[in-house]
Amino acid sequence: MAYEPKLLGILCHWCSYSASDAAGAARLSVPANLRTMRVMCTGRVDPTLVIQALQRGADGVLICGCHLGDCHYNSGNQRALGRFHLLSRLLADLGLEPDRVRLEWVSAGESERYAELAHHMTKRLRNLGPFQWPTLDTATTEVIRNG
Amino acid sequence: MGKLKIAVYWAASCGGCEISVLEIHHHITQLMDAADLVFCPCLVDTKYADVEAMDDDAIDLCLFNGAIRTEENVHLAELLRRTSKTLVAFGACASAGGIPGIANASTLEALMERVYLTTPSTDNPDGVMPQPSTDMGEGVRLTLPKLLPMVKALHHVVPVDYTVPGCPPEGKQVWRVIEAVVSGDLPPPGAVLGAGDRTVCDECRLEKRDTKITAFVRPHELIPDNTTCLLEQGMVCMGPATRSGCDARCPDVNMPCRGCYGPAGDGFNEDAGLKMIGVLGGLLEPGNEDALRSLMDEIADPVGTLYRFGLPGSMLGRAAQAPGNRDDAE
Ligand code: SF4
Ligand code: SF4
Ligand code: SF4
Repeated sequence: MAYEPKLLGILCHWCSYSASDAAGAARLSVPANLRTMRVMCTGRVDPTLVIQALQRGADGVLICGCHLGDCHYNSGNQRALGRFHLLSRLLADLGLEPDRVRLEWVSAGESERYAELAHHMTKRLRNLGPFQWPTLDTATTEVIRNG
Repeated sequence: MGKLKIAVYWAASCGGCEISVLEIHHHITQLMDAADLVFCPCLVDTKYADVEAMDDDAIDLCLFNGAIRTEENVHLAELLRRTSKTLVAFGACASAGGIPGIANASTLEALMERVYLTTPSTDNPDGVMPQPSTDMGEGVRLTLPKLLPMVKALHHVVPVDYTVPGCPPEGKQVWRVIEAVVSGDLPPPGAVLGAGDRTVCDECRLEKRDTKITAFVRPHELIPDNTTCLLEQGMVCMGPATRSGCDARCPDVNMPCRGCYGPAGDGFNEDAGLKMIGVLGGLLEPGNEDALRSLMDEIADPVGTLYRFGLPGSMLGRAAQAPGNRDDAE
């Protein structure tokens, strides 16, 4: 069977989740590779969540929030931007592909852009191939954690 | 009960962990009353063969420090696991890979080339590289242990009973651990010993005033105000993401915490670097896209800053161990 990437979309409640809703209502085509998770604000997206998603089987993560200046909590998306930028630098320095994680601003009215992004990101992941999580040491780590 | 048999071994280690055992100061006499040092290449003349000849579980306590970098390290880890009742990953290197573990940000080939051929201080016109085996003629063959492709923590190669974090572990904590072993008052295996369960910030005397960061500085660039949180003065202080236990000794003397006690929380599930990115994002002075990006660009060397003591043991560091994920062929 051909490889189908798994893409996790993390969408902020106020803008991007509405865009995704509207995309559904307008019957826009959104790839089934995308599974979405709603958060109140992109400012809540701890980088640990992003990497945990990869650890648990996602091949990429698309974080969408309100445009800068439109954040319901004023500066949540600014925090997200700073975190995302440093995370990308870190991934690149470790030789991991920063392209697997993407941050975009999608307002409630931009359902078409939302659908396009989902297609674009899925295509990108298809080219990158599956993200591999090494099993080499997890067995021992498990033993230790459980005593 | 006879005297306890104790071993202290260094794998890919700097020797600092051995020194930290001496930092129990006058308690050393108590330790020597209660225990014999049966194997410790740093301090007593014992050979690997002596340990190889030992029965299973012959050693009561082994404080294993240093990372796993070579095949020799793996051999000793397996040997000391077999011969030790209680095997402790002692110090940041054995617990999580430590300073040697930063090597995992690069490939072994790139590392060898850098160290033996291209550093500004290298003078090696013939390009001589260390070899695992060299024929010296007259039937003499010299060998060196092979390097593993990646640096590992002790628990990546053998099951470990306890972890004592720190680079090196703090003397007071070392004594606490030894006392627990001598008295048999130990928690169930798997526990972290000799550390707290909160964060360095929790023990830090410097005050947080909710000041936003407008610029990042490195320790040599600023003489900080020694009443205010260093992070809020723009130094990347790992205190919020680091396990307590050292009494916040670095920030106490104006040095930001570098994270040597490992991630706070359930160490194996937490990733201190990722947590720290979360913290930093929340402290930036709000601004436009370019301002936010260039502020984050002021942080020099994200890997070395965020994973100075535990890249191999971290969640992200493990991802970087899968060759399929790496986009750098060189
Ligand atoms: S933990 Fe620190 S003191 Fe101990 S061996 Fe490693 S580098 Fe040296
Ligand atoms: S961030 Fe550093 S300086 Fe600030 S309170 Fe925490 S440990 Fe202390
Ligand atoms: S303040 Fe941080 S770097 Fe310094 S000893 Fe404590 S944990 Fe280690």
